[in-house]
Amino acid sequence: MPPAPAFADVTASDSTLRRFLHGLPGVDTVGLEARAASLGTRSIKTTAKAYAIDLAISMIDLTTLEGADTPGKVRALAAKAVNPDPTDRTTPRTAAVCVYPDMVATAKAGVAGTDVKVASVATAFPAGRAALDVKLADTRDAVAAGADEIDMVIDRGAFLAGHYLKVYEEIRAVKEACGEQARLKVIFETGELSTYDNIRRASWLGMIAGADFIKTSTGKVGVNATPANTLLMLEAVRDFRAQTGVQVGVKPAGGIRTTKDAIKFLVLVNETAGEDWLDNHWFRFGASSLLNDLLMQRQKLATGRYSGPDYVTVD
Amino acid sequence: MSESSRLSVLKTYKLYVGGKFPRSESGRVYEVQDHKGKWLANAPLSSRKDARDAVVAARKAFGGWSGATAYNRGQVLYRVAEMLEGRKSQFVHEVAHAEGLSKSRAAEVVEAAVDRWVWYAGWTDKIGQVVGGANPVAGPFFNLSTPEPTGVVAIVAPRESSFLGLVSVVAPVIATGNTAVVVASETAPLPALSLGEVLATSDLPGGVVNVLSGKAAEIAAPLAAHQDVNAIDLTGADASLARELEIAAADNLKRVLRPRGADGEDFTADPGTHRLTAFLETKTVWHPTGSLGASGSSY
Amino acid sequence: MTKFEYAPAPESRSVVDIAPSYGLFIDGEFTEAADGKVFKTVSPASEEVLSEVAQAGAEDVDRAVKAARKAFEKWSALPGAERAKYLFRIARIIQERSRELAVLETLDNGKPIRETRDADLPLVAAHFFYYAGWADKLDHAGYGANPRPLGVAGQVIPWNFPLLMLAWKIAPALATGNTVVLKPAETTPLSALFFADICRQAGLPKGVVNILPGYGDAGAALVEHPDVNKVAFTGSTAVGKAIARQVAGTSKKVTLELGGKGANIVFDDAPIDQAVEGIVTGIFFNQGQVCCAGSRLLVQESIQDELLDALKRRLSTLRLGDPLDKNTDIGAINSAEQLARIKALAETGEAEGAERWSPACELPSSGFWFAPTLFTNVTQAHTIARDEIFGPVLSVLTFRTPDEAVAKANNSQYGLSAGIWTEKGSRILAVANKLRAGVVWANTFNKFDPTSPFGGYKESGFGREGGRHGLEAYLDV
Repeated sequence: MPPAPAFADVTASDSTLRRFLHGLPGVDTVGLEARAASLGTRSIKTTAKAYAIDLAISMIDLTTLEGADTPGKVRALAAKAVNPDPTDRTTPRTAAVCVYPDMVATAKAGVAGTDVKVASVATAFPAGRAALDVKLADTRDAVAAGADEIDMVIDRGAFLAGHYLKVYEEIRAVKEACGEQARLKVIFETGELSTYDNIRRASWLGMIAGADFIKTSTGKVGVNATPANTLLMLEAVRDFRAQTGVQVGVKPAGGIRTTKDAIKFLVLVNETAGEDWLDNHWFRFGASSLLNDLLMQRQKLATGRYSGPDYVTVD
Repeated sequence: MSESSRLSVLKTYKLYVGGKFPRSESGRVYEVQDHKGKWLANAPLSSRKDARDAVVAARKAFGGWSGATAYNRGQVLYRVAEMLEGRKSQFVHEVAHAEGLSKSRAAEVVEAAVDRWVWYAGWTDKIGQVVGGANPVAGPFFNLSTPEPTGVVAIVAPRESSFLGLVSVVAPVIATGNTAVVVASETAPLPALSLGEVLATSDLPGGVVNVLSGKAAEIAAPLAAHQDVNAIDLTGADASLARELEIAAADNLKRVLRPRGADGEDFTADPGTHRLTAFLETKTVWHPTGSLGASGSSY
Repeated sequence: MTKFEYAPAPESRSVVDIAPSYGLFIDGEFTEAADGKVFKTVSPASEEVLSEVAQAGAEDVDRAVKAARKAFEKWSALPGAERAKYLFRIARIIQERSRELAVLETLDNGKPIRETRDADLPLVAAHFFYYAGWADKLDHAGYGANPRPLGVAGQVIPWNFPLLMLAWKIAPALATGNTVVLKPAETTPLSALFFADICRQAGLPKGVVNILPGYGDAGAALVEHPDVNKVAFTGSTAVGKAIARQVAGTSKKVTLELGGKGANIVFDDAPIDQAVEGIVTGIFFNQGQVCCAGSRLLVQESIQDELLDALKRRLSTLRLGDPLDKNTDIGAINSAEQLARIKALAETGEAEGAERWSPACELPSSGFWFAPTLFTNVTQAHTIARDEIFGPVLSVLTFRTPDEAVAKANNSQYGLSAGIWTEKGSRILAVANKLRAGVVWANTFNKFDPTSPFGGYKESGFGREGGRHGLEAYLDV
């Protein structure tokens, strides 16, 4: 695939790419975290909360990524995505279900006839330690099985070793494998990149390479989505659109479990990237248990009573 | 040839401004007498314009002197002590006449003044550690307070203690990187004017210390009101002049060191640090520290 | 219509019970003014009258100073450890009552609850806690053995951080064994009067703290009083100069914390998103009514456009309105007078040819309000680059080189604060070293801590508040 024309010079070699990425403005850790914490103090009540809960539900990539996943488990998940609260049919559906490639067909059948997408992790998720051919085959399998979205992992080893061009080319190759059918989410595993400067660089690298979404993490390491790293990625998509006109989505994944947390992320979206991203085409939550908490809060808003775990479904 | 048969060569006392030895621009002099009323010399009777020129010289010297390393300033102050030691007999003579002291008493005073330069020479690179330091703020910030010189300091030197008192007020001001415009004792200005000659040969950059002689009230008033003077030491001003100068100093909020008590100050006592800190500002610098990546926070 | 409209989220007013009237607090009792005068204090966000407060005059000042003098003997003779425990008690009671005090301060001052809750009140409690610990350690503070208190401290504080300024004044004064007479500003007397109640709860001996709400004449009488040994003032440079003249020729020790025109310097290699936040915090914190505000933005010319775009986008997200709403970023201007001053200076800025910009922003119909405002095309020659505005108005200037930035930053009668934004460490240190300002924030802004000395160079005043340095103002050293 040819590079995006705006960045042809940048992607000419490892060193031009390095110069570009290292020329991005630095990130001050304390300032970034303070801003995220400050936005976290927004008080979202009543009608705003109702809006936020429904929006958050509609943005969930309802996820199961276990070695123990079975067709039964995936069918249950898909059913929940399509019909999150059996007691209240006004509840929005989730954006997608997210599964391993071999479960895509099952998931696809589970959501058939609805607008719920099937996302599949690929490229030797979560470590990404495999040959490019293997990663591409993994991707093609998932796409062939009907995946609407591919969640790939970058080669963090190559990134940390400074082989930015390798990471770039790999993303482009996977993007090509996605074809027209699947939108590509690029997972950085921010916990392994370790610094905010790296996260900013990875965000731009991913976007230049053609990512449709940039995504924080796999959920499989110690540190996953945080308000700060998500805020930073929201700044990146905001700035990328301002510079190129291309809008890229953001997906924090892992560790977001409560309604309170989810609303904080939506405030980050609203006040950083802006309301154009307040739509599940541009923002997702990679989560599983979050959904039940959102549903309980939704019931509380509707009835005025606090709900309990027995009033939402366990999958 | 016997001593009495030779006519001695008298010194023309001049001001010390900007490293040079000008006469008063006014062309005026006044008679300086010893304690018995005997003529000693004519001293320049400085004018407002001399005061203005001295401030310009002091301001010009401030950047270099305050920017010099503390070690360098210490070496220069120590050099002053060395030079003074070598010209001790001259100062003993002047101090004895100026203050009506015996030779031996005057010698003690001059030696104490030499030692005072040594004391302050040692302070230049220590005061920052004594009065500055890290502040343990409750947040992820590096926070450091350091003392910095206030700027140009006008000094009304002690009236009685024409040399030890003078050294005691000038040395701490310049030790910390300030520059000074000194109004010498009105009645006993000669040791101060001679000190200028010592300073000029001590590696002290021109303009760091400027010495004016004349009427304290006439010279100090424009200095107290001068908008480019940052502080004033009123040690040698009497109560009514001190009050008047303090009022004038309020116009640009000069730091003011008031005279201590009506009886003046005992300059033979341990000088302490209060004269060093009187003309220091505290600057506090904050910077985020970030935190290490291990616990989920990146840097 | 925005997609994500935040519903009103007001903090409950019921947590604070404001009495219809308050007296002066002298010698442990609330009392009427000798001449019976009272004045009203209003909420600047609504102009609603909150309470009627006794107005101190010269006679009341004399009564209060006498009470403080009487209390001084015993208070200064108390073992430091005992004084410390009173201050620790006060710190703890402030923590317990912090929500009530935050709401009160927001009502009386007009600043957002987010600030009183997250900044003012935590810092108030911390300040008392910090100085409490000094009370029995003064021998080790670097001021010689057994340093003595000065006596009665006359303290005059401003309206921008009413309770925090009270803490900055009273905590070190009491820790060192002084007694105090404090005059809060006429537009914000309430939190000081609530503090009087905290002194009562803490069992503080009568007369150790006296609170005299009133106007400038009461402040002047306090400064003038012959039996006051120490004057501490925070406020305008003009009044500071008047005080310096008043005390000339006396033995009163003085500290002054006055105006500023802080330069916030942004270099081309700054962490840009954090710099934008720092600029916003620097000038819009407390509606810019902050002496150390970063009211002059000095931006390197090469990134001016990019930075201003980002800044304007950010300003458009600021939420102005009901200060009690937990989502409000910009509250009310403290008084009609202050609002008039801000308006006049902004008009001068326009008249002198600077370009004015504010985000779309609806101002409430009652109360005192001013939209966040930027001025571009400002030069050193503009009034709005030199005079303190004390409002949410930022003047943007450019520079080409670090030397020019320093020269422009220092080209001011003031010298209180400055900011530096760059990723280059050596540049931070070099520039910080050359700035003539008492507080330099590098890659941050408007941070405060009780351990960190605060105060100005030049006409921003003298003396330091906070830290070990802050003890000196209240000791006979």
